[in-house]
Amino acid sequence: MRNSLVKFGQAIKLPGLSFGLAFTLTGLIIAFSDAKVLSKIGSPLTFIKSAVATAGNAYLALFQGSIFDINLTKGHNFFQGFYPLSETIVISTPLILTGLSVALAFKSGLFNIGAQGQFIFGAIGASYVGFHFHLPIVIHVIAAALAGMVLAAIWGGAVGLLKAKTGAHEVILTIMMNYIAGYFILWTLKTSQFLRPGRIDPIAPEVNQSARLPLLAGANLRIHAGIFIALAAAVFVWWLLTKTTIGYKFRSVGANSAASKTAGISVPFVLTATMAICGALAGLGGAVQVLGSEHALNADIAGSFGFDAITVALLGRAQPLGTVFAALLFGALHAGGRTMQSSTGVPLDIVLVTQALIVLFIAAPTFVRFVFRLKKINSSAGLTSKGWNG
Amino acid sequence: MSLELRGITKTFGSFTANDAINLRVETGQIHAILGENGAGKSTLMNIVYGLLKADSGEILVDEKAVNITEPSDALSAGIGMVHQHFMLIPVFTVAENIVLGHEKSGKFGALDIETARLAIKEVSKDFGFEVNPDAIVETLPVGIQQKVEIIRALIYEAKVLILDEPTAVLTPQETDELLKTMRELKAKGTSIIFITHKLREVREVADQITIIRRGKVVGAVSPQTSEGELASLMVGRAVDLAPEKVKHEIGSPILVAKDLTVRNTLGAAVVNKVNFHVSAGEVLAVAGVQGNGQSELARALINLEDHIEGSILLDDKEISGASIYDSLHAGIAFIPESRELDGLVGSFSIAENLILDLHDQAPYANGIMLSAGVVMAEAEKRAKEFDIRAQSVSDAVSTLSGGNKQKVVIARELSRPVKVLVASQPTRGLDVGSIEFVHERILAERDAGRGVILFSTELDEVMALADRIAVMYRGEILDIVDSNVTREELGLLMAGVAAKKASA
Repeated sequence: MRNSLVKFGQAIKLPGLSFGLAFTLTGLIIAFSDAKVLSKIGSPLTFIKSAVATAGNAYLALFQGSIFDINLTKGHNFFQGFYPLSETIVISTPLILTGLSVALAFKSGLFNIGAQGQFIFGAIGASYVGFHFHLPIVIHVIAAALAGMVLAAIWGGAVGLLKAKTGAHEVILTIMMNYIAGYFILWTLKTSQFLRPGRIDPIAPEVNQSARLPLLAGANLRIHAGIFIALAAAVFVWWLLTKTTIGYKFRSVGANSAASKTAGISVPFVLTATMAICGALAGLGGAVQVLGSEHALNADIAGSFGFDAITVALLGRAQPLGTVFAALLFGALHAGGRTMQSSTGVPLDIVLVTQALIVLFIAAPTFVRFVFRLKKINSSAGLTSKGWNG
Repeated sequence: MSLELRGITKTFGSFTANDAINLRVETGQIHAILGENGAGKSTLMNIVYGLLKADSGEILVDEKAVNITEPSDALSAGIGMVHQHFMLIPVFTVAENIVLGHEKSGKFGALDIETARLAIKEVSKDFGFEVNPDAIVETLPVGIQQKVEIIRALIYEAKVLILDEPTAVLTPQETDELLKTMRELKAKGTSIIFITHKLREVREVADQITIIRRGKVVGAVSPQTSEGELASLMVGRAVDLAPEKVKHEIGSPILVAKDLTVRNTLGAAVVNKVNFHVSAGEVLAVAGVQGNGQSELARALINLEDHIEGSILLDDKEISGASIYDSLHAGIAFIPESRELDGLVGSFSIAENLILDLHDQAPYANGIMLSAGVVMAEAEKRAKEFDIRAQSVSDAVSTLSGGNKQKVVIARELSRPVKVLVASQPTRGLDVGSIEFVHERILAERDAGRGVILFSTELDEVMALADRIAVMYRGEILDIVDSNVTREELGLLMAGVAAKKASA
């Protein structure tokens, strides 16, 4: 137990420090980009005070926008103060699923840029089954989610199959297939099957009540049961990778495909199966987004969930638990950024800067070690994707 | 120029890699440093070359103490080094590689490559090298690439040349060539420190031999010392270098290859219509100079090559065209040429590597679930049986020494029901102790009635283990001879001279 605590501590040390470093730097940027603060540069003491206050206020707003805001409890019950946390989780839920999709691919030595397209197909499948059919509750949700996952698994699996059979690189394949998916959804929404009666803009009918994921904390908060699906998916990925023979094959091919092949493991099978499961995970993200929070398919359904997923998976070091935490962090930054902009005037873009800095420091561990004078610990558990020649 | 090391000590944590090492290399002397992998040879040389810093001790050049903290200090003190893994940029020409790190610019800042070209030609003439300064390095054979490294050291006026395991990557011919070069360098007054664990080469070329074991100098002997003595000094116990050929029963043919052809991706036949068989209880060695199709033939036997024609009968069952999985499970154990690349998953634990082929079969798997307990328990057993030395079977295999890595591969491959063992260069890069172990295992398999096909470029190994020897030349089996053939006859066959059957 103690051993695993130490291990856990070592595992989060570097991301934690990168995180702290990024927030410190962002604080400086916030302070120095504020005209009021800069006007006091003549007297150092007031300048520092004012700088700390400005950055502090911005971070307070970030917190209020992502975790808890006491002001929201006035006139409501205490729970309403957690509205920001609910928003954070709503944004994080699909991100966990797309993040897991990218993380699992990393473990098999694949770079899945295609979570975006897989997400779109998941959303399309779930939406269609959701509004077109009338099924009993529970069964309807499951059917809709499964439809999305199957479509996305085929979409993702095709990449694995193409790579296995033709040697085409998955990065190029997935990027191109993202384009196809992006335009396919636009076309789909214009078809008579998907066009909402009485509307001419690209939006599908709302899914039936029976197909919606239940809300978890009443009608005032948007948090829905999708978070449990996402967490279950994380457990599933962990279980798959560490406990099953399939996961063993995935990791083995990811770490050394030549040795795996020599020992009789079918590399084409692993490539196809990995990409199909990755597709299903990202597709489940799309399904959850439709069935849980959006309820209707629209052209922007995927937002940047598929692309942020890459960052999330990298930040989480391609570990399931790490990916969950990274997705929650990103959800919090997204949710809090809006409040920060509206209440302190610090632009939303600052949040993107913070995100970028966190990733930058994660990607440059040597630099963080240098800043904090850390000795190199055994970090062999890195990512196994091998870039262009993989 | 003479080089002397006095009391060099280097520790890594609690591990003492070099323990008060004293060494003296005279002008124009070839001084061999002999030791097993991990004995501390490379650490010592990295200290001399300034890549590592010693905890204590001093380095004297021509009786004067010098302070070497980085490679440039070593270079200016006249010490050059040719690393085991070449420090060359493959897509650059020879001349470009040689000016690397010493670039001088001419008019308008243009790179002055002409001076280097002239220098290369001069050094090549002095030492009888044939190296074209304009050749792209990656197109050159390994032996020539090594000469480029040597030329680089000579151009920057190395008076003491450190050669770190220089023959590990060379074919027998290239090795002979290198030994010749070393004698020429010596004749011109260059001192050479020759690091190796190959006894034959040491005895052939060295003037003085220092033996290092576990970080300590355990012997300073002359090249007249017998191989057996050298080996036992190196390993610390008596070593059986050439296992005695006991009489053994040879059964009926168990693997028969008929008109086997392997094509590369361009469609050229790298193995061309070869026919051979191996019988139960027999070792068939496939000898030949590296690159004559042996690697491809070995891989083809488990269908690891993509374009295979012809027939492979294992116990009268056709396996040509089967999947790799089916070939392995039909009863072929396969020790691949490169254990790091094709044999092991470096980041996996020893236990995980031991089930690479069997992970989805009982008792290691229960349905789709891995049985972690069984995997660990079996790994402990194998580690004991095959003497895999590690703190725990959960250690990553990449942390093991070459010998222990190979033991993991062998342990895995022999844990299936095996009819034929295909071993491709099974002792390449291993130390004496590990080679002995591998040889014993191979003979044990033979004695247990399995057929063994041993692919090896080491003549000693081939002659010591084989019952019959097939010699490959340019993708064809030139001849299959009895094991009482002489080295000279084998050498001729390997060079492509199929005069007549050396022994019929």
